[in-house]
Amino acid sequence: MATQFVIDGLKATIEGKEILKGINLEMKGGEVHAIMGPNGTGKSTLASALMGHPKYEVTDGAVSLDGEDVLEMEVDERARAGLFLAMQYPSEIAGVTNSDFLRSAINARRGEGNEISLIKFIRQMESKMKELDMNDEFAHRYLNEGFSGGEKKRNEILQMMMIEPKIVILDEIDSGLDIDALKIVANGVNAMRSEDRGFLIITHYQRLLNYIKPDFVHVMMQGRIVKSGGPELAQRLEAEGYDWVKEELGITDETVGHDE
Amino acid sequence: MSTETVVPVDREAVAALSRSKQEPAWLAEQRLQALDKAATLDNPKLEKTKIDRWNISEYGKAANVQVVANLSEVPAAARTILQGEHNADPSSVLVQVNSGVIYTTLQEELKQQGVIFTDLETAAREHEELVKPYLMQAVQADEHRVAALHAAVWNGGAFLYVPKNVEVDIPLQALFYHQDANTTFAPHVLIVADTNSRVNYVDNYISDEHNTPSIHNGVVEIFVKAGAKVTYASIHHLSEATADISFRRAIVENDGEIEWIVGEMHNGNAVSETTSILKGNGANSDAKLICIGNGEQKLNITTKAVHFGKSTNSQMITRAVMREAATSIINGITKIEKGATKADGQQTERVLMLSPKARGDANPILLIDEDDVTAGHAASAGQVNQEQVYYMMSRGISRSDAENLIIRGFLAPVVSDIPNEQLQQLLKRYIERKLGQ
Repeated sequence: MATQFVIDGLKATIEGKEILKGINLEMKGGEVHAIMGPNGTGKSTLASALMGHPKYEVTDGAVSLDGEDVLEMEVDERARAGLFLAMQYPSEIAGVTNSDFLRSAINARRGEGNEISLIKFIRQMESKMKELDMNDEFAHRYLNEGFSGGEKKRNEILQMMMIEPKIVILDEIDSGLDIDALKIVANGVNAMRSEDRGFLIITHYQRLLNYIKPDFVHVMMQGRIVKSGGPELAQRLEAEGYDWVKEELGITDETVGHDE
Repeated sequence: MSTETVVPVDREAVAALSRSKQEPAWLAEQRLQALDKAATLDNPKLEKTKIDRWNISEYGKAANVQVVANLSEVPAAARTILQGEHNADPSSVLVQVNSGVIYTTLQEELKQQGVIFTDLETAAREHEELVKPYLMQAVQADEHRVAALHAAVWNGGAFLYVPKNVEVDIPLQALFYHQDANTTFAPHVLIVADTNSRVNYVDNYISDEHNTPSIHNGVVEIFVKAGAKVTYASIHHLSEATADISFRRAIVENDGEIEWIVGEMHNGNAVSETTSILKGNGANSDAKLICIGNGEQKLNITTKAVHFGKSTNSQMITRAVMREAATSIINGITKIEKGATKADGQQTERVLMLSPKARGDANPILLIDEDDVTAGHAASAGQVNQEQVYYMMSRGISRSDAENLIIRGFLAPVVSDIPNEQLQQLLKRYIERKLGQ
């Protein structure tokens, strides 16, 4: 069965403020969806709410992955069901090496008694790191500790490549990357494109979409998807900005959840 | 001045034991004097912990021990630790069971180089010139009641002497096993590292889990002569019903170096004090300590560096994890005396609390009487970072595994520094056990 990810009327609050005001989105395996929009419109909140960050409370709506109710699941269950979020600000964890962390993550999915062999794991990790132009030493360094912004982003992509999720959400993966790093990250993502894997790419900028071609582009404002289209929509946004969308929809303040 | 109190140890029994072991007169005298002093002394004054309320008077009776010729005759609980996973017999090891040492072996090559590694009772008889000037000198009997009682009743123990310029490249190992809670268990470790020598020594304090209240009253004294370097690693894992009181102290001369690596994995109440006295110029101390508290444990853990010499350095790192209703007082004391110019003292204490009932108190204390020095401290007490837990869970790792990885990571810097693979593995197992795995 092809992967199917459905967001239906999702509403979420943080500290009592409603940020997501009813998100509808349907994704299938093989598709790349981009969510674009100015700052403060709820894009990252959508990513965090889908993953289950404890700060966000889902107040209404449904999310399903291959028919399973995602919102009923704990964060780790969502991950094991196939959801992956490449975070904008990944945590640094001292004392836990990158490779120990990744191996735990892979084994958590494989389950007890079916752990990956150490040799196989090391080979896989080394080859993926090479693809991402990461130095071998990153395997043995503590998780994200002292990594530069770009190194952290590559490390997120490394995790994605190793874990092989069904639905990948990339939250501002392009922020803080120079053009070379951006190409490497995009190559990593493109190498993972397949019929049974869907991508949800959250970004301000069209730049990333030059390297990862989306099938669908959605514009988010005021906690809703206000416009959807094909790749040509991203190009128009890049060329003309967001004002024409606001005008068309009669929106003056596109942000959401700010104090009046 | 406190009034005379009844001590929990019988004077005639102490004297009789000295006689039966044919101890030299000075030692028999030292024991009795200490016992008399104990009656006039108070318990040690500890930061925010009153051990007067603890049961620390169950000294039990000194038991006769049967010396064995082969490691195979050592009780299994001790033997399996020494042999490790690879079932290899250690070449240089000492085993104490209850009140006395039952087995000692030392690599022939080290013997020929003049290294002495034996129980302290034997050393006191056979190497008086190396024992008498040091025994109960770094920790003195008149400091407090616990030290005085130790001086009176100590038994078995380890004596290690490394001659000038001798470098010992394998870690020497001692294991102290309190098998019977009704016996006196008070090993004394005395290490003398002569000029420019090097040695690694590791030890391990274990017991069976039982319900009989008892005490381990232990003292470690290390004398690091000029240019010498001693690494001392110790892991404690005694029964919940045992009060574990350990005073460790090193006196470090010119350009000497002491490295402490301590794993407090005890199951009951514990007082642990680890002190470096940097007497000589250029002396160096590096202390790393981890502890895990669970159940209703009360822990008072102190690391301390006292700088007398010029250009002396000290680093201290303590990491504590408190679970359930365990409480800990974690003290770091850097004391720099007048005249210790260019001294540098750095300390960090961090406490991780895993339950609402767990308590941890990190107290960095800097006492500085000299202007021309550098010193620094960092302390924190808090819970597992939920953002980190979320991050790990978002990769499919369960909450409990995520917390465990974070906690193990928190303790990692000390575990990886233990200079003996078997002990590292052992410490990891204790960590798992203490974390309820």
